[in-house]
Amino acid sequence: MAEAGQDHAPSTTGEFRYISSAMTDLAHIRNFSIVAHIDHGKSTLADRLIQLTGTVAERDMKDQLLDAMDIERERGITIKANTVRIEYPAKDGETYILNLIDTPGHVDFAYEVSRSMQAVEGSLLVVDASQGVEAQTLANVYQAIDADHEIVPVLNKIDLPAADVDRVKEQIEDVIGIDASEAVHISAKTGLGIPDVLEAIVTRLPAPKGDRDAPLKAMLVDSWYDPYLGVVVMIRVIDGVIRKGDMIRMMQTGARYGIDKLSVLRPAMQDIKELGPGEIGVFTASIKQVRDTKVGDTITHEKKGTDTPLPGFKPSQPVVFCGLFPVDTNDFEDLRDAIEKLALNDASFTYEMETSAALGFGFRCGFLGLLHLEVIRDRIEREYDIDLITTAPSVIYHVYMKDGSKLDLHNPADMPDATLVSHIEEPRIKATILVPDEYLGDVLKLCQDRRGIQEDLTYAGARAMVVYDLPLNEVVFDFYDRLKSVTKGYASFDYQLMGYREDKLVKMQVLVNDEPVDALSMMVHRDRAEMRGRAMCEKLKELIPRHMFKIPIQAAIGGKVIARETLSALRKDVTAKCYGGDVTRKKKLLEKQKAGKKRMRQFGKVEIPQEAFINALKMDS
Amino acid sequence: MTDPRHVALYVHWPFCQAKCPYCDFNSHVVAGVDHSRWRNALVAELDRVASDVPDRILTSIFFGGGTPSLMQPQTVRAIIDAARTRWSVANDVEITLEANPTSVEADKFRAFRDAGVNRVSVGLQALNDTDLRALGRLHSADEGIRAFETARDVFARTSFDLIYARQHQTREAWEQELRRAIGFGPDHMSLYQLTIEPGTAFGDRFDRGRLKGLPDEDIAADMYELTQSITASAGLPAYEVSNHARPGAESLHNLTYWRAGDWVGIGPGAHGRFTRHGTRLATETFLAPGAWITAVESGNGENNRQSVSPDDIQAERLMMGLRLTEGVPVEDIAPDFLSRVHEINELMESPALDVSNGRLRVTSSGRPVLNAVLRELLV
Ligand SMILES: Nc1nc2c(ncn2[C@@H]2O[C@H](COP(=O)(O)OP(=O)(O)OP(=O)(O)O)[C@@H](O)[C@H]2O)c(=O)[nH]1
Ligand SMILES: C[S@@+](CC[C@H](N)C(=O)[O-])C[C@H]1O[C@@H](n2cnc3c(N)ncnc32)[C@H](O)[C@@H]1O
Ligand code: SF4
Ligand SMILES: [Mg+2]
Repeated sequence: MAEAGQDHAPSTTGEFRYISSAMTDLAHIRNFSIVAHIDHGKSTLADRLIQLTGTVAERDMKDQLLDAMDIERERGITIKANTVRIEYPAKDGETYILNLIDTPGHVDFAYEVSRSMQAVEGSLLVVDASQGVEAQTLANVYQAIDADHEIVPVLNKIDLPAADVDRVKEQIEDVIGIDASEAVHISAKTGLGIPDVLEAIVTRLPAPKGDRDAPLKAMLVDSWYDPYLGVVVMIRVIDGVIRKGDMIRMMQTGARYGIDKLSVLRPAMQDIKELGPGEIGVFTASIKQVRDTKVGDTITHEKKGTDTPLPGFKPSQPVVFCGLFPVDTNDFEDLRDAIEKLALNDASFTYEMETSAALGFGFRCGFLGLLHLEVIRDRIEREYDIDLITTAPSVIYHVYMKDGSKLDLHNPADMPDATLVSHIEEPRIKATILVPDEYLGDVLKLCQDRRGIQEDLTYAGARAMVVYDLPLNEVVFDFYDRLKSVTKGYASFDYQLMGYREDKLVKMQVLVNDEPVDALSMMVHRDRAEMRGRAMCEKLKELIPRHMFKIPIQAAIGGKVIARETLSALRKDVTAKCYGGDVTRKKKLLEKQKAGKKRMRQFGKVEIPQEAFINALKMDS
Repeated sequence: MTDPRHVALYVHWPFCQAKCPYCDFNSHVVAGVDHSRWRNALVAELDRVASDVPDRILTSIFFGGGTPSLMQPQTVRAIIDAARTRWSVANDVEITLEANPTSVEADKFRAFRDAGVNRVSVGLQALNDTDLRALGRLHSADEGIRAFETARDVFARTSFDLIYARQHQTREAWEQELRRAIGFGPDHMSLYQLTIEPGTAFGDRFDRGRLKGLPDEDIAADMYELTQSITASAGLPAYEVSNHARPGAESLHNLTYWRAGDWVGIGPGAHGRFTRHGTRLATETFLAPGAWITAVESGNGENNRQSVSPDDIQAERLMMGLRLTEGVPVEDIAPDFLSRVHEINELMESPALDVSNGRLRVTSSGRPVLNAVLRELLV
């Protein structure tokens, strides 16, 4: 492989200098993902690895460098997996190329993690030494084991007084069942122990395998839309070599393109002449059709390509659905464009066109959870500057008709006449919750209130692990928020879809001033309908501003009203002082209100602010 | 309605002894004011604005603030005298000065009268000491009442301001306070519901959920209705949303704003609206006192001048005019707007607007929700 190194002589621009001979020599590559429960310090560890290897200039460093999206920085969480190539001169005197993938911790972004794992051979399992093993720690370990990963446990935050290394090691061995005796102890915050992490990566994780002389076989790991470069595709080369200028073929979609630009991520793009087996990088190829890039697809050369594609990724299953409509109906095409581009970047997000009587043209979208929904909605609003109306989140119901046919109901508005329906099935999940003892009672009550059936309850030290069979529909709205609040943030939660079961489900409609608001109709359990209806009407009464007339707000099943509130007419809204100096200000206020009208939807004579739609669905109990 | 030969003058004095926590006026607390410097600047500005509207009849001057009762009487005199040389002055010219009712200021009332002021508006705000303290006022209730009594002795015309719907105020408490205030025998009153303005101390406290005990919308609406009936039966009906007068004692100066007449303004942040060569202009001076005086001393305190579009003239006409009980003459209103009246009235249980005797007015049920009516009409 000595020649391979020669190919990487300093690039003509001189901006990227390769070190010594190590290059694409498989033995000198390590690829790994950093996985953990949310907030256990993955991104901070990535910062330290980037910093200690001098990948990014000190002046350009900032906390959670890889969390580049506004929404990630605001919420302090990772949403997208991010890859960086770093170079590490190890104690054995050799320099290694390390490709690290920082992954998100929140359960709604689990697909990012499972996909990332397919591209690498090992995982750093980060565990917050003051918190211990949490639900996502478990979920990630199982995925890593499935992906045949070598796992290096890393105990983080040992600088915290509450850190209890021995207890957490014991937990890792008892609860997860992997050897923790050689866990690396670090503080990603202070930098303590980071050199040991680098050594562990080199000595304990396997080098990738691959054949440089075989036909090109590369895995399409991720893709995104860059306003300057267009579609950017991230790949992991399995066999063969890919070079700038090559003609390639995507095996599933059949699309053919020429490579315009080939780079590695450091984390900014840095051009490179070729990528060989075991390497991870990105390319652009003037890709016009966003649909041509499908994550999990196999990329090969157009001529003399491989015949055996990679198995691809298990597709993700969206579990929460809602309609996204532009507030301004003229924005529909822009919304389509935005959604296509975001879907490119997020394979776990699905969409199809939808029309609504009240809201016009929009999309019915599928998500992995409510946070995922919020993130996508926020990104569309900010990155593409489109104001959206979000309809009630829903799951997929199986509706069995009396005539023997079956309907997959994604949207409560499409619910057929109840007299034609034989029965309805709803999706159920298996929820695993880890919670300190003192909050157990509250958690059990919450699960019980949400129609849960307890399946298991075990203890690991002062913590309980409860397993519940729950209807997904009761979980999608705000279960996670409620769980966090009743346990002061100390519980962790993970779930798996289990299957469908019949139950007494009905469609509840909401009428505002006697006009049905289809965006707020929802499927509910018959026994919970009155309560949900009442809560909805009360909530709407708070959320809809008073009008010049009184407004009845009703919840109904079929023709039967099950809850009712009346929003009384506006009684007082007049500016107290308005003199010569106030004319301009008052006029501007009216203009602002004119603009504010854009964020309202008209239902008959009533204007409903768009925030009301999503807020109405957050329940307080 | 307003006579195109008339003009009104607004004078802004931007200084106060303390900043009240509810106040978002252009008012500032400073260590020392160079009175002669400010006098010269205001007179210079008067000369400048007079040249915008020469050959007019001056119908009113209003010294507003801030706290104009902190001005030196000679400054007030210098401005009034300069105005008299610039314009011919109406026989019944109304010259109002806003006064804070501390004893120090009350002692200057005679000097203000001698300078030419013939009407004062006294900022009583509340009639009990606890509430005055909560409003950050420097005077006691008794001091305020004495100041008003002095004013009544000294000036031909007097008015006072009260703020109601204050923290922890009940309907009954306001009713008693109002009846007591009417007993002082004013010919004019401005009765304002407390407004929480963004950027004020109250605004910040409100945003943090720390401003407790504010009456809710229903109580505020009841208080407003109560105010209307009590003042009407006392012979001081509302002639504007928050202003009450014995018939004939209305503030001529403020009527100019509401009737979209012409006025010019001097002092920091003063606005003007006037017609010149057939175009209505909106003017504005530098807001910060320092920036304003520097600008004036280098020749011009104005920092913005725009022509008002016909659409905006119409919007302003309705926005301001519908605040008045007398309403707006239909000949001043585009047919478009008049044709919406019926539709708006349909929305409410009793009509909000009324067209009769050639005028469009808000009814007593429309006035408390005037902002909503204007939104329907103008937006
Ligand atoms: N005291 C201490 N705090 C740490 C340490 N490492 C990370 N943190 C803090 O923990 C919080 C979460 O860190 P992140 O690196 O964003 O965690 P993450 O695992 O990437 O979180 P997600 O991507 O949202 O799952 C931040 O406030 C960090 O500053 C550590 O070693 N010690
Ligand atoms: C320019 S200010 C005051 C003049 C004088 N400096 C004083 O305070 O008495 C005119 C009047 O507006 C009223 N006012 C000021 N801020 C107010 C608010 N936030 N809500 C209601 N009324 C207010 C007060 O009654 C005040 O007297
Ligand atoms: S209310 Fe009057 S005294 Fe108080 S700060 Fe405002 S202008 Fe000055
Ligand atoms: Mg992170």
